[in-house]
Amino acid sequence: MQYLIAFLVGGAICALAQLIFDTAKCSSAHILVGLTCLGAVLNGLGLYEPFQEFAGAGALVPVMGFGSSITTGMISEVKRLGWEGLFTGAFEITGLGLAAAVVFSSLLALSSKPHR
Amino acid sequence: MQPEEYQQLVQENLPPRPIVKNMLWAFFVGGLICTIGQVVLTIAQNFERTKDEAAAVTLAAMILLGTILTALGVYDEIAEKAGAGVAVPITGFANTVTSAAMDFRREGFLLGMGSKMFVIAGPVIVYGILSGFVVALIKSLVLGLF
Amino acid sequence: MGNRLGTRTLTFSRGPRITSRYTLVGPREGKGPYALDFHEILADDSLGQKTAEKTERLMLELAIAKTLEQHDTSIDELHFLIAGDLLNQITTSCLAASTHAVPFIGIYGACSTFAEALGLGAVLLQGDFAEQVLIGTASHYQTAERQFRYPIELNVQHIRTNQVTVTGAAAAILSFADRGPRITHATFGTVVDMGLKDPHDMGSAMAPAAFRTIKEHLADTGRTLADYDIVLTGDLGRQGSKMLRLLLEREGFEGLERLQDGGSQIFGDWQPVGAGGSGAACVAVMTLGYILNALESAKAKRVLIVATGALLSALTVLQGESIPCIAHAIALEQ
Repeated sequence: MQYLIAFLVGGAICALAQLIFDTAKCSSAHILVGLTCLGAVLNGLGLYEPFQEFAGAGALVPVMGFGSSITTGMISEVKRLGWEGLFTGAFEITGLGLAAAVVFSSLLALSSKPHR
Repeated sequence: MQPEEYQQLVQENLPPRPIVKNMLWAFFVGGLICTIGQVVLTIAQNFERTKDEAAAVTLAAMILLGTILTALGVYDEIAEKAGAGVAVPITGFANTVTSAAMDFRREGFLLGMGSKMFVIAGPVIVYGILSGFVVALIKSLVLGLF
Repeated sequence: MGNRLGTRTLTFSRGPRITSRYTLVGPREGKGPYALDFHEILADDSLGQKTAEKTERLMLELAIAKTLEQHDTSIDELHFLIAGDLLNQITTSCLAASTHAVPFIGIYGACSTFAEALGLGAVLLQGDFAEQVLIGTASHYQTAERQFRYPIELNVQHIRTNQVTVTGAAAAILSFADRGPRITHATFGTVVDMGLKDPHDMGSAMAPAAFRTIKEHLADTGRTLADYDIVLTGDLGRQGSKMLRLLLEREGFEGLERLQDGGSQIFGDWQPVGAGGSGAACVAVMTLGYILNALESAKAKRVLIVATGALLSALTVLQGESIPCIAHAIALEQ
């Protein structure tokens, strides 16, 4: 069941982004940044974490989850450290992913060339 | 003909975008990627102590998936059909980093790959942090966390 | 003035001709409908080179070498090399030229570069400043994509008006030898900017430039479109060609059935290339391959090449500038 919800929610977010891309004619970069910021805002409003409980990966995997995770990290660090938490928290959850992106990309870039 | 007139003519004659078809493709492929993520998340939740740790591991796994598909040269081909379905998930983020790394490697590891790796993904990181900062700041003030 | 006709057109009474030619295309172009008109089709788009930029340069060098061979001329007997390409500082042409000791005139007209070279070469010959001029251009899908757009493996969903840069190189020798079609007229275009800003629809931006140059050329020469067997626009693509036709129809031009477009035709309908091909090599290989074969085999006697170029840069797009375009027309006659 959880899998079905992840599929439906994740798919719906992507379909909505596609609609905006095709009608508002904005670039993909604008949409991704918009979604990221939206994730951060919804997290601040206390909406994104319950949404993530409900939809699981359907809410975590889209880039909104990235923005939300940054905010979660910041708030949790603020509770622990005070104002420094606003800065140390940015990569608390997302850090693993970012470092992973750098390491894996570097490794694979070493071994492959662009195709076509 | 005046520029405004011509611009109008161009708008009237643009080929229509297959909006419904694109949305359906984005829905299915995006949903599929999220389902894969859910599989990983469920497994991670059994092994990790906290929710946040499970989330972190899931994100990392999805990033690895995106990187591999990019290196294999198939991510961009799927994107032609799936559009937002592959751009919105975090695998798309990985794709931007890996594709830039692959492309700019030829200008050297330091000045090419090293400096341009985040050329496409940069905005997401920068504005993710900026918006998170503003939101977290406001929330912290509101909740009196300082 | 002896060599000028009307307001913008130049005539070449001494009859400079395209007396040798060579075209090289990539594998994707080699699967298109005009594959048989190209001299060489590469097996893959790297030619064994580490970077696509090196490949592009090698392609141009090969085209130049083969053209010289065909003409049975050595590089010392050439008076000028006129070449250009799409890359920053036209590095492909500069580096290719560095391997030959011949006076090098580097030019940039985006995808109209080839016509610019034909016209300038004809001018040098007509003015008795040269007896043999070598012209060349090249483009490569990967180099153009990197410079103007995105990393190759980036997830991008191309929209229908997008065009695909042609991987190819072409070179030709212009001289007074007794073979090949004559270059009879050249109408260099003015820059036309209709305020369009979408780099994913260059066809629509370039169409007004092609329209203006065609109009001026026909007015100067007193000809109509029907006086030409083929009027080949460089790379307007399907969308740009549509816009050009609309513009011509609105002003009552006839003979639109003579219009063909290199970009729309170089790839087949079965190839996923959006609105068609583009790139400096597009009009060059289609002209030196398809058009010259048609002239040689008497399928056509008189042809007008209208090469179009979008004079944008990666920066101008980001800075919100519109896309100025240009079109140069060259009349060829067998």
